[in-house]
Amino acid sequence: MSGLVKSSIARKVVMALSGLFLVFFLAQHFTINITSVLAPDTFNEWSHFMGYNGVVQFILQPILIAGVIVHFVMGIGLEIRNNKARAVKYKKYNGGANASWMSRNMIITGLVVLAFLGLHFYDFWIHEMDYKYIAGNAEDPTRYYAETVEKFEPFWRTVIYVISFVLLALHLWHGFASSFQSMGVNNKYSPAIQTFTKIYAIVIPLGFIFIALYHHFNPITH
Amino acid sequence: MRLNLKIWRQKDANSKGQMVDYTIKGVEGDMSFLEMLDVLNEELINKGEEPVHFDHDCREGICGACSLQINGEPHGPDRLVTTCQLHMRKFNDGDTIVIEPFRATAFPVIKDLVVDRSAFDRIQQAGGYISVNTSGNTVDANATPIEKEKADDSFYAATCIGCGACVAACKNASAMLFTSAKVSQFALLPQGRVEATERVQNMVRQMDLEGFGNCTNTGACEVECPKGISLENIARMNREYLNATVKG
Repeated sequence: MSGLVKSSIARKVVMALSGLFLVFFLAQHFTINITSVLAPDTFNEWSHFMGYNGVVQFILQPILIAGVIVHFVMGIGLEIRNNKARAVKYKKYNGGANASWMSRNMIITGLVVLAFLGLHFYDFWIHEMDYKYIAGNAEDPTRYYAETVEKFEPFWRTVIYVISFVLLALHLWHGFASSFQSMGVNNKYSPAIQTFTKIYAIVIPLGFIFIALYHHFNPITH
Repeated sequence: MRLNLKIWRQKDANSKGQMVDYTIKGVEGDMSFLEMLDVLNEELINKGEEPVHFDHDCREGICGACSLQINGEPHGPDRLVTTCQLHMRKFNDGDTIVIEPFRATAFPVIKDLVVDRSAFDRIQQAGGYISVNTSGNTVDANATPIEKEKADDSFYAATCIGCGACVAACKNASAMLFTSAKVSQFALLPQGRVEATERVQNMVRQMDLEGFGNCTNTGACEVECPKGISLENIARMNREYLNATVKG
């Protein structure tokens, strides 16, 4: 572990690996969520599996939470160290002349996504923990679709989700391909990785936005 | 042309500096940026004022001595040139030009626009060499076959002049482009493989000790590098470092 703290390259690699892990998770999360629009019964079935399968709950979920924590703790540490590396700032710094806004503002997009995760955890994860382990309710494989749609009824929550997904897109736009460079991959496949990154950074967040808006404008009528 | 200059003036390393405004007339497009500063300094000396201190040496873009953050970019707005190769024709009559020293905690200001870049020397000394006994038994370089592609990439990496523009451009003041160029020029050649493991570990360790920031792959360094050193070198250094760490 001391190597992780001391070496700038080791820290880069940890950021890259945790980031790629989260990118992979995002695709899996999207695959399940899109069924809430396309096939509510499948959404209920898959959500129930994710909520009650022992491997998912007690092995994969802690790994995911650890991945998120490692990524943002390392990211914030990186920002603090990098600020110290230029204690006296430029009076004029033309950052836009040589690097994209996305690459220069990963801390801003990252912190917005982190704040969103706070709300997202409150909305779904804490609710689930309460439902299953505190309130001790019985299993109900049919409740997930209605609960999800209900969450998107308030306009404010839908707006926050949409804005957060836009910031997530900007974060992915730089972060996804960047993680390959950090791990030493810069070769003939790099242009393809860049293209895939841009497609992924648009399609996945846009898909999440679509799901949020779809449920907001198609509430369950009681 | 007539130009308004805003120049960082700082008496010495311990003084607090400030931006000072100057107006300069009669600047010609064929002057280099440093020649424009020479004209300004002649005027200042004639008026009995302290001239603006700045680094320069060869004035033909190969020594890496000149620096300057010009309008927010190292070596100014032009690409693949050093400040001494930057011509005043790139500016317009009446322009305001902001001139600052390269900023990094690892590059402390000595005076005005002169910064201490000896951190680069110490990174180089940590491993940027090969140990060869040259006392009477030097082997001809061409006796060792080397793939053309690798020899070319090594040469391109070796064109780094160590000016520090990569650090100055990087929002994180990272020195990874410089360090990776120096690692790469040896890593690609059979003579450099012998000490490759220790070299990358020692040079990266020294780079971190000097207080440079961490690379976040913005790519600003590659764009601003007067020699066009590629980000491929940073990826190669990362691979070298990971391999060295795994090997122990």
